[in-house]
Formats: sequence, structure tokens, C-alpha cells
Amino acid sequence: MTFKENIRSEEKSGSSALGVSKLCKQYRNVMAVNDVSFEVRSNEIVGLLGPNGAGKTTTISMILGVLEPTSGSIRIEGLDMVAHRSRALERTNFAAVYAPLPGNLTVYQNLRVFGLLYDVKDLAARIERLLRQFDLVAFRNTKCGALSSGEQTRVGLAKAMLNRPSLLLLDEPTASLDPSSARDIRAKIKAFVAEDSCGVLWTSHNMFEVGEVCDRVLFLSHGKILLEGDPKRLPQEYGKETLEELFIAVAREPLTLEG
Amino acid sequence: MRFNRLYAIVLRQAYLMRGSFARVLPLFVWVAIDMVLWGFITKYLNTVAASSLNFVPVFLGAVLLWDFFIRVMQGVTMSFFEDVWSRNFLNIFATPLSISEYVGGLVLSSIATSSIGLVVMLGLTMVVFDLSFFSYGLLLIPFLLVLFLFGISLGIVAAGMVLRLGPASEWFVWPIPAIISPFAGVFYPIATLPHWMQYFSHLLPPAYVFEAMRSILAGQPVAVSLLLWSIGLAFLHILIAYAFFARMYRHAVRTGLIARYSAESLS
Repeated sequence: MTFKENIRSEEKSGSSALGVSKLCKQYRNVMAVNDVSFEVRSNEIVGLLGPNGAGKTTTISMILGVLEPTSGSIRIEGLDMVAHRSRALERTNFAAVYAPLPGNLTVYQNLRVFGLLYDVKDLAARIERLLRQFDLVAFRNTKCGALSSGEQTRVGLAKAMLNRPSLLLLDEPTASLDPSSARDIRAKIKAFVAEDSCGVLWTSHNMFEVGEVCDRVLFLSHGKILLEGDPKRLPQEYGKETLEELFIAVAREPLTLEG
Repeated sequence: MRFNRLYAIVLRQAYLMRGSFARVLPLFVWVAIDMVLWGFITKYLNTVAASSLNFVPVFLGAVLLWDFFIRVMQGVTMSFFEDVWSRNFLNIFATPLSISEYVGGLVLSSIATSSIGLVVMLGLTMVVFDLSFFSYGLLLIPFLLVLFLFGISLGIVAAGMVLRLGPASEWFVWPIPAIISPFAGVFYPIATLPHWMQYFSHLLPPAYVFEAMRSILAGQPVAVSLLLWSIGLAFLHILIAYAFFARMYRHAVRTGLIARYSAESLS
């Protein structure tokens, strides 16, 4: 990291990477996300947890600007998503298992195209660095569709870090990886967060992983945030042994934890 | 509008072309077949028709111009379909890319791909069938411009339609030129049509091009004011098409279609 980047990183540390306020999304009679407010600070990894259909992906889609909220606001590094969509998304990136990169382009071609879309400076050097970081050098000229799911995940993560985002959204980033690869990927993401003072919103169903990487967790159920806190202390506060037990309780009996 | 983002859309298309024979071939094979087929038909008509009319420039010239329009339109839609087929909407629309940059990139891709078809058609018709486009003089430039602009506008409308209705609606796109062709008077004067059809013809910029082309070949003066009107009309079509696409995009963002495009409809 250069001196200039170091200063930038220190300035960013602790500031707000993402501010979500009173966010709602209604589909006809269904309230998919209901009055959700939270913040992700720079240098912080926040886990967004909840059962299937809780509203996690809907929330992430709204933050990415591909889904319009019914009401509420989203600010990325202080920039309002509605008024400054393009500038806000220049500082954001994401990786999700349900959004693989086009399989008919090679790893290098995909990184080049997305690097141009994000207007990455010194793109060639950045791509080379990410290829090395994510062990993709051998696959640079391989079409993404021909890669294993684990390799595709690594390409998706390399794409997500192309623009050194201030806000990184990761929707189950290690879902298709073996335990050893998953650990490596977690280490790389944590290193990236520390180096670039990035704020991360991370969804996962792996509670061990959440406990290991997240500084804070938000439990979402039926579109509402039910609980929020330190993943290491939260289970005890609610009389549960582990984060997994707490997750199951939230999923099965959300009303008992409300209020 | 950032140049890098426009370039990214064009580069993506170039990468796909470079690695795929199946994508390159249709750029010139179908137009070449059309030129050969219509070239021989018009030559035959010249030998059997009693009139002194030279069918080669009338019909073959018309087919060439019409095929150019189709190539331009398909240049836009094919580039858009690449995102549909690779389920890339979520990745691409979650970037800082604006709608104007995305549409601009599709248009630039179309210029590149349709130029290849145009060069092949001009080469074939001039070398094999002695069709000289110099007979159109400088008016060839506004002819191509109007057809280019109209092809772009229909390509954008078609992309907006598929964005709104889902991947299965792709087949609606292919017959659009065939549906428009009778109204555009590609092969006959607009006056041949019944009155109700002529009303539609007046709204179609290509109709003015084909009328002007026939006037030149008949040795009659071309109404320059009508040609200028057709250029203005073609620009108006582009604006309407862009507004339509932007509206379809906003609908897709509001309803969640972008995020879950493969579901086709969330209503």
C-alpha cells in the first residue's frame, strides 16, 4: 500500500460505508422488507442473517440499485443512492452465488470488462494482482463457464474487489467452497477489509463462519431486524448456547424474540 | 457519460465475436445469400419483362438498403441478448453503468457489426451484379443515415420489450422488419397501398428513403425537404425508443425483474 493509500485508509476507518434508513419493500400485499435501518462502518464486517425468504437478498438488491425501495433511503459513503446512483455504485461491489459472471467469457475478459465498467485505474496491474491473490493465474484464459463452482466463486470475488470498494456486499460468498478453500477465502476477504478499510455486509447460513468473520450481526425475519449485536455475545444474551441455536430460534419462533 | 463504460460494452461483444464462429458468420452470410438470390431474380426479370425498367437497381438496391436496416436493428438486439442469455443483468446493472451508457454501448456494437454486413453487400452487388451505388450520388449518405437511425430505434424498442416481457419474448423481435416492410414501401411506391396503410407509411422514415431511391432511378427530382423530414422523424423515433427503454428499465427495477430476470414475470 502506498503512503497516499495508507492515509486514505486511515481517514476512512470508522466512517460510515453504508447507511440504511427505514427501508421498506412491498410487493402487492407482501412486505418483503419492513422498516429496516442499520449502518455498516468502514473496516467492519456485518453479518446479515436470517432464514430463507427473510428479506436478505431483497435488502442487498436495493443497496445495489437493482431494486427500487418502496420507501426509505440508502447512503453509500454518504451518497444517496437515488440522487447519486452512479457515484455510489463506483464505491460498491458484490459477489453472490446466484450471479455468476458470463460463462462465455474467459476469466481475464470478464475482469477486463467489469474493470472498465467500474472505471478502475491501472486496470491491467489490478487484474494481475487479483489473479494472483485468488489463485486464478492458471485460469486466466479459461472460459468462466468451464470452471468448477469453487473457481467461479473465486472469480466472482476477484471481480468484487476490482474497484477496491468502500462497501462490499457478499451474499453467501463461501457457499460452494470446500472447508479449506472457504477458510482461505475468508482470510483473503478479511485481509482486504483491513487493507482497504472496506465495510462488508455478509450473508451466510454458516454460523461458524459468521462467528469467525463478523464484528456484528443483524438477524432478519419476515423483513424485520429482530436482533443486533456481537456474534460472540448475542447467543448468551438470549439464553442460547450457540449462534446456530439462536438462528434456529429466530427462524422458528421470531415472535418470542421480538421487542 | 464515461468512454470506458461504452468501450466495455463494445469490448464484451468483440470478445464474444472473436471466440465464436457462430456469431461472426451471420454478420455477412444471410445478407450475402440475399444479394445473390435477388441479384439473379432481378437479372432474370430484366430478360423477360417487356418494360425498359432496369430491375437490378430497383429491387436489388432496395433489398440491400433494407438488409442494412435489419443488420443495424439486430446489431443492437443481439448485443442486448448476450446479457439475457448469460443472465448478466444483475452483474451489469449493479455497476455504475447508466442506462444511456448501456444503450450507447449497444449502438456502438451495432455500428461495428452492421458495417461488416454493409461492406459485404456493397462488394457483392457491385462486383457480381454491376449495381453502381454512384447512381444515387451523395443521397446514399442520407439514405443510409435514415435507415441506420431507424434500425437503432427499433433495436432499442425490441430490447425494451424483451426486458419487460422476459427472455421468451425474444421471438417477437425477429419478425418486426417483416411486419414493417409492407408499410415502408421497400419494393413499390407508397401510392400502391390502401389509404389506411399509407397513414402508417408516413410515420416510417424508411418509406421516404425508398420513395427517393425510386425517384432517382426514374430520373425524377428528389424532394429534399421530405428527406430532411425523414431524418428528423428518425431522430424522433430514437428519442421515443430511448424513453421507452428507460421506462421498461425503471419498471424492471421497481418490480424486481432485474434482480430475478429468469423468473420472467413477478406480477
